[in-house]
Amino acid sequence: MASFDVIVVGGGPAGYICAIRAAQLSQSVALIEQEKLGGVCVNIGCIPTKALLHSAYIAMLLKESKEFGVEASGVKTDYGVAMKRSRRVSDQNSKGVEFLMKKHKITVVKGTGVLQPGKKVKVGKDVYEAKKAVVVATGSRVKGIPQIGLEINKTTVISSDEALLLERVPESLVIIGAGAVGMEFADIFAAFGVKVTLIEALPRILPIEDAESSDVLTKSYRKRGIEVIASAKVTKANVGKDKVTLDVEAGEGGEKKQVSAAAVLMAAGRAVNTENIGLKECGIQLTDRGFIKVDKNLQTTAAGYYAIGDVAGPPMLAHKGFREGSVVAEITAGQKPHPIRYDNVPSVTYCHPEVASIGLTEDQCKEQKLDYVAGRFPFSANGRARGTGETEGFVKILRDKKYGEILGAHIVGAHASEMIHELAVARENEYTVEEIDLAIHAHPTMSEAVGEAALDSLGRVLHM
Amino acid sequence: MATKVHMEALSPTMEEGRLVKWTKHEGDAVKSGDTLAEVETDKAVMELVARADGQLIKVTVPEGTTVPVGNVVAWIGKPGEKVDGAGGAEPATAAPKPAPAAAAPAAKAPAPAPVPGAAASDATRVKASPLAKRIAKEAGVDLKLVQGSGPGGRVIKRDVEAAPTPVAAPAAPTPRPTYHAPRTGAPYEDVPLTQIRKTIAKRLVASIGPIPHFFLTTEIDMERAAEAREALNKQLGEAGGKISFNDIIIKAVALALVQHRACNAWFQEDHIRYWNEVHIGMAVAIEDGLITPVIRHADLKSLRDIGAESRDLAAKARNRRLKPEEYTGSTFSVSNLGMFDIDQFTAVINPPEAGIVAIGTIVPKAVPEGDRVLVRRRLRVTMSCDHRVIDGATGAAYLKTLKQMLENPLAMLL
Repeated sequence: MASFDVIVVGGGPAGYICAIRAAQLSQSVALIEQEKLGGVCVNIGCIPTKALLHSAYIAMLLKESKEFGVEASGVKTDYGVAMKRSRRVSDQNSKGVEFLMKKHKITVVKGTGVLQPGKKVKVGKDVYEAKKAVVVATGSRVKGIPQIGLEINKTTVISSDEALLLERVPESLVIIGAGAVGMEFADIFAAFGVKVTLIEALPRILPIEDAESSDVLTKSYRKRGIEVIASAKVTKANVGKDKVTLDVEAGEGGEKKQVSAAAVLMAAGRAVNTENIGLKECGIQLTDRGFIKVDKNLQTTAAGYYAIGDVAGPPMLAHKGFREGSVVAEITAGQKPHPIRYDNVPSVTYCHPEVASIGLTEDQCKEQKLDYVAGRFPFSANGRARGTGETEGFVKILRDKKYGEILGAHIVGAHASEMIHELAVARENEYTVEEIDLAIHAHPTMSEAVGEAALDSLGRVLHM
Repeated sequence: MATKVHMEALSPTMEEGRLVKWTKHEGDAVKSGDTLAEVETDKAVMELVARADGQLIKVTVPEGTTVPVGNVVAWIGKPGEKVDGAGGAEPATAAPKPAPAAAAPAAKAPAPAPVPGAAASDATRVKASPLAKRIAKEAGVDLKLVQGSGPGGRVIKRDVEAAPTPVAAPAAPTPRPTYHAPRTGAPYEDVPLTQIRKTIAKRLVASIGPIPHFFLTTEIDMERAAEAREALNKQLGEAGGKISFNDIIIKAVALALVQHRACNAWFQEDHIRYWNEVHIGMAVAIEDGLITPVIRHADLKSLRDIGAESRDLAAKARNRRLKPEEYTGSTFSVSNLGMFDIDQFTAVINPPEAGIVAIGTIVPKAVPEGDRVLVRRRLRVTMSCDHRVIDGATGAAYLKTLKQMLENPLAMLL
């Protein structure tokens, strides 16, 4: 029986980073993966969608290029071509992970890992034994809403898995769920000429983001011809062969509407992969919400078994999984890693304009009765943004009134995903808005808006 | 290339240091952080540590030499490496490595000290997040006393919030100082001098020196304290850590101060700082003088802890091993000459504190009680007061409480 210091089950972001970090710390590592390395993120999630979003961005730019003195005629979009490019990007990344496994002398086992008591993992007929730890990183998958007759049938009711592999776009599409996934696909398909209807059960799209962020995106999407229906309840679904009709009650009044489209994309909810992997047999318990129960060191209820990434609980984000993987690898190596600050995980949606945030929303500040001041700066007042014509959005910083602690920060705009990290560093190091201002921001940049928002929270905004 | 080892400013007021002893010698391998030598500063004997890895290839200053801050005292490099001008003194502007820009000027001019008496304790730089610093400043928490839990022991918000002084609720502003110290809130309250207090201060200073002292003496019956001490020590048995009269006195002095905040104060020229925390300075005679190590929060500590701490601090003081934070920041002091058979004496106030109690020796005396004469162990205590802060009646009220505490040690449990 082959034995390793650490056995990682699942080769997604959490798992492969855990393997690399464990190997860096001179531990022998086996990584078990039933499909391609890189998991959902690399193969059917973050990475291919970013490729498609860039295709969408180019299509959008070309529509407006005349205004910039560049006339493009005969512009045609072909989703199949964009899709194939996105596949190549995914494959490159997956191969990149393979290379990293080789580089760190990690044994990659192809197959489905099933946990066994005594820190063992069975793959097919082979059993592997862990000397230090078994790490569960089996991730999550999309799920439909079977209760209302919207079970994924892969033709007219699809998930992101199918949407990423379409050769041709449908004529019209209803997207259910306006979180990051729904928002990004709405952006992509609208740019490829699809008539998109975006349906969200909660009162606003991007429900976990700040209300002002949702407002900007609602306006921006409607301007682009995307129909946005919030506070919507799908009461009945009629799934035909090439058409789906939904009965929707929308808004507070429960106004009844019928929405039909060539296809429905289910972008609401994910299910964690906890079935048939031997959790119960090893004494690993789940939480009420179905995640694996872990302590502050990410150890499960069974000693020597850890859980990281989506299975270990929300937020279900690759970068949260990365950090958990790294932390567990350090724990198994006997180190005492810096504890993860779950309140400091940035949240990013790569629609246009991008939405990025960290910490509390303004509503949360109010709910928690915090004494806060909001500082804002719109990109319409930012020189760089005017230059590129990307003036949608703003930076908003919520600071504690007394000490200037950055309670939350919200950026909507081009490259928001890149700009949020200034605030992530600030929060991790407990910088206050004054340190944000003291750091000199290059001119002209979009990032200047971050400094200005910090100043605005102090009542000293300069360019407004 | 070889790295110079400079005489560093080990306290903010240090201008020169005497190289007491080289703990590493030429040819020894050294790692960054290793102690190279012991250096006597204006305050204490401190350690000079290596800032580079390698071998101590050249020592340029012999033991016993006094060297200005900034001068080269040794070189660290590779074995066999030659150093140019070895032995030559560097101009004092050469800055020690850890703080290239700030250290040299700091050696010349004493660092600005917003809080008199706390200046020396700033010698050790505290790693703290900007947010933690700000919260600590507002709440008056001394970051040097806070254990950091961030990366590399950095003090972060959580640590300041968990510090003994709650930061959430600074004492509500009161129009007049209350003479009963609140147990929570800010560590002290600054009260501006009233006109009458200013006049009193001016006239009294004109009369007798910068601090207008006056003295109050009382005799305390220590019979019950002695009994309590014997019982407690019996209880402790072989566990060690016997409780001394001094420990009991420090505890009583501290507890009495909690009830008389008016005596637990600093005179600050234009205001009086009334402390809500009690930090007792304990005068310790050392070979060439006197130093006052501090037992922090003495009112909140057990007799056993006070005993252990005072023994530890006294030993450190005698070996000149006290760290700056261990001898600064006291709010009131105790000087005990009991062991020298002194019946009664007056102690000189340790500014900016407003008072000090002088403890004599405990002697058996004939004391009339009713129509009998009993032999009781008695102690004479003299309190020196700064009249700018404490008036006669205020000091007398304090001494009365102290006397009650010592005569009925059970009161300390209240």
